[in-house]
Amino acid sequence: MAAALNVSVVAADQEVWAGEATMVVARTVEGEIGILAGHEPMLAILASGEVRVTLADGKKIVAEAADGFLSVANNVVTIVARKAGLV
Amino acid sequence: MGAQLRVYRQKIKAAQTTKKITRAMELISASRIQKAKARVAASTPFARSITQAVSAVATYTNVAHVLTTEPEKIERAAVVIFASDRGLAGAFSSQALREAESLTQLLLAQGKDVVYFLVGRKAAAYFNFRRRPSERVWTGSTDQPQFETAKEISDALLEAFLRDADDGGVDEIHVVYNRFVSMVTQVPEVVRLLPLEVVEGVEEPGENQVLPLYEFEPDVETVLDALLPVYIESRIFNAMLQSAAAEHASRQKAMQSASDNADKLIKDFTRLSNNARQTEITSQISEIVGGAEALSSAKN
Repeated sequence: MAAALNVSVVAADQEVWAGEATMVVARTVEGEIGILAGHEPMLAILASGEVRVTLADGKKIVAEAADGFLSVANNVVTIVARKAGLV
Repeated sequence: MGAQLRVYRQKIKAAQTTKKITRAMELISASRIQKAKARVAASTPFARSITQAVSAVATYTNVAHVLTTEPEKIERAAVVIFASDRGLAGAFSSQALREAESLTQLLLAQGKDVVYFLVGRKAAAYFNFRRRPSERVWTGSTDQPQFETAKEISDALLEAFLRDADDGGVDEIHVVYNRFVSMVTQVPEVVRLLPLEVVEGVEEPGENQVLPLYEFEPDVETVLDALLPVYIESRIFNAMLQSAAAEHASRQKAMQSASDNADKLIKDFTRLSNNARQTEITSQISEIVGGAEALSSAKN
């Protein structure tokens, strides 16, 4: 599972961030979830809160997302929120 | 100055004034269209992601949900028409309204009632003039649509959709808008929003690809409940943005040909006025020559 995750954070009126990452941590209505490459396909409702994206070089990107969804399929992670922005 | 000449000069002046206005509108539209196109492009990732998520739910689960299942009998259909607030945009508004009319014919032929949700002052005026009722009207921001308006529209639509048909609720929602294809082409389009018909941007699974088994959090029903309003919102917003871009393109084209026509008029009238002036001068000269001739012959 060396493949990286393809992450995009999308708000209603723009794409906030897109790129490759090794891990995504998001807060769904049921609690925090961490996603690594090879995660099974899923669709979850996001609770408002931070989405932390860890890049391949260890850097972290934090985005604020409210009122949205998290979808994972084939190592493509999409965070779709009505309101989203980088912190 | 001869009367004829004065009339031509007035006409030239009028054409010049008109041309100034149409040229200005053309330039305004030309500058706004880039921004409108950029907004369409910027909203596309959201619409695409949502559409993919919805199609994932629709494809990989067979849960019965009020938003996905088709009712046995459709009594009433809602038609949302996106026109413009202002005119001088060529066939933009009438194109959408004509498309809506033929959709209405079709729905009526299927025995369905039709209720209208109108966006844009031109659509409202069209219905007012014909004294036809409409459920709701939104005006004021068709050339620069706001997400809040899209949310308002989709809230109203969902509310009508979830109401019982006996209380005046609708079972079907159609939208009619102008899609921006290119600077010269805008196509009126009819899309059925609900019940769901996910066709746009669905990725067909490859031949030897196993369909992924989706996991839903917290559960399918809740995800659907939350997902579908957002889906409708994004589709409505996208339609509004497309319509705005198409409006600017259509206005630019209309104003460009209006300016060209004004140019042509000015040229024609200038020719005619030159002609009139020359005729006047010629007749004056011949009068003078005639007068001088008469004087000199009288002396002798």
